[in-house]
Amino acid sequence: MAILSLILIFIFIGKEALPIFTSAEIRKEANLGRLFLPRAPRAGADTELTWQPVSENPKYSLLPLLAGTLKVTVIAVIIAIPLAVLAALYTAEFAPPWARETVKPAIELLAGIPSVVVGFFCLMVLAGWLQRTFGWTFRLNAVTAGIGLSLAVIPIVYTVCEDAFSSVPQTFREGSIAMGASSWQTASRVVLPAGMPGVLAACVLGFGRAIGETMIVLMASGNAAILSLSPTDSIRTFSATIAAELGEVVVGSPHYHVLFFIGAFLFLITFVINLFGHWWVGRLQKRLQGAS
Amino acid sequence: MIERSRVVGGLFQFFCIVACALIIVMLVVILGNIVANGAGSITLGFLTKAPESGMKSGGIFPAIFGTFALVVLMTIAVIPLGVATAIYMHEYAPKRSRIVHLVRLAIQNLAGVPAIVFGLFGLGFFIEFVGRGIDKAFYGGNLVYGQPAIVWAALTLALLTMPTVVVATEEALRAIPQSYREVAYSLGATRWQVIRRVVLPQAVGGILTGGILAVSRGSGEVAPVMFTGAAYFLPELPKQLNNQFMELGYHVYVLTTQSPDVEATKPILYATVLVLLSLTFLLNFSAIMIRAQIRKRLRYGR
Repeated sequence: MAILSLILIFIFIGKEALPIFTSAEIRKEANLGRLFLPRAPRAGADTELTWQPVSENPKYSLLPLLAGTLKVTVIAVIIAIPLAVLAALYTAEFAPPWARETVKPAIELLAGIPSVVVGFFCLMVLAGWLQRTFGWTFRLNAVTAGIGLSLAVIPIVYTVCEDAFSSVPQTFREGSIAMGASSWQTASRVVLPAGMPGVLAACVLGFGRAIGETMIVLMASGNAAILSLSPTDSIRTFSATIAAELGEVVVGSPHYHVLFFIGAFLFLITFVINLFGHWWVGRLQKRLQGAS
Repeated sequence: MIERSRVVGGLFQFFCIVACALIIVMLVVILGNIVANGAGSITLGFLTKAPESGMKSGGIFPAIFGTFALVVLMTIAVIPLGVATAIYMHEYAPKRSRIVHLVRLAIQNLAGVPAIVFGLFGLGFFIEFVGRGIDKAFYGGNLVYGQPAIVWAALTLALLTMPTVVVATEEALRAIPQSYREVAYSLGATRWQVIRRVVLPQAVGGILTGGILAVSRGSGEVAPVMFTGAAYFLPELPKQLNNQFMELGYHVYVLTTQSPDVEATKPILYATVLVLLSLTFLLNFSAIMIRAQIRKRLRYGR
């Protein structure tokens, strides 16, 4: 019984990648050739990079999508990581018990908010506030989506960091304090460096979460595939593209298989990121256990 | 020197506190905004009626019912699978063996796969492959199961929530003192009897926690069910396994992004979000309570 379920998981994971890859390969070659990542010059005109799957001559350049995905992910990570790491350090090192008992459930609560609700909040409330405050041209842009996304990333980064800091052996702290260091010196010079691999792993895992998150970016990013560097332009991400277009696409068409290709790509990225992140966390724990 | 270090230390602590405060403020703002705008619109009629006049009035009963049905089907699929995996890993497989390591790795990764990829997988595997296969074999090629349906959405969600169940069950198994098992073995019980009569009854709390957490996660997910069975609007409730259904989260998405008149739907939208949020929080809260009980038992070793 148990072995059966075990085999089932592996079949499931294998199947997850397989139909996407095989079918995408078969169809993609016939219709798209190399119109993929390289430039898409159209009928002698300027070379351009556009994602325009529904038109007379569909353009499938993934670069605008890649740029959008990276932009929003980086913004989310930049906001989320300092907040989450400092908060984790505070709860692990300085916080009086009552503060710890407030912050931890708050983070669990935050993790429990469905991502549609975060997306809804960004779209209905946050986007308006930000636009009024900063006078942006686009109401829905990478920054708005990035802030929303950071709400989804914070719980993950916080949890992993908190684990890392609390697995730093107590003897490290005792030694540091015995040398006359104050509590903040202990926290910043002993606990933080000792837990650093954990913090990095947390960042990696947070990045993985941000890159695949769908509903928040679908609702709050504006969904326009614009290739630009400005963070206040509307963007379109990989995940949102799948969510927005798969509903209308003709099954078996090149567009359909391109979407599955994007899905496989996302799956692969997050898979590698997670594998790496967990491996790192495991190594840190082993090392700290050996040290204590 | 001491003065300076004190100032820097104070600043450092201050930043840490600000970070915590910011997170909590964001949470409070979101929840406050939703409760303040949504609480007024929740009436009995809202919870028991179907949407009316282009979703500008009426209620959300079909969405509540659809979510409920979806989650029940998902639980039926995920609990046996998740519990069996956890039991195998903890009771049968040799400790520290390669296979346990691999399964654990697989589960960790499964938990990190984006929800939208599960949606794609559900469409590609369950609907196009399994569903079409069933249609060809039993229905002579008629479209019966090879289309978005509540079973496929539930199975997709079951896969998504399996890591939650496995992790919670494993934790509960670990909380059972080894001596219980040893006593049972010494009385001549077989391994299966030990699991059936000693281990499982003790682990019920943990399995329950995992189940509740899975339900809470599943009821809020939209991306995986978008293509596998959730419908924009349906006048009827799902009656068969291959019907489409309405779902709370998807309803929120539809109302937010596809409503022709955003201002008119706003009260209903806020109320729907509030219902969804209360549902997930209530489930999470009860799971946390049960888990706290188990942890306490684990700590004192009874």
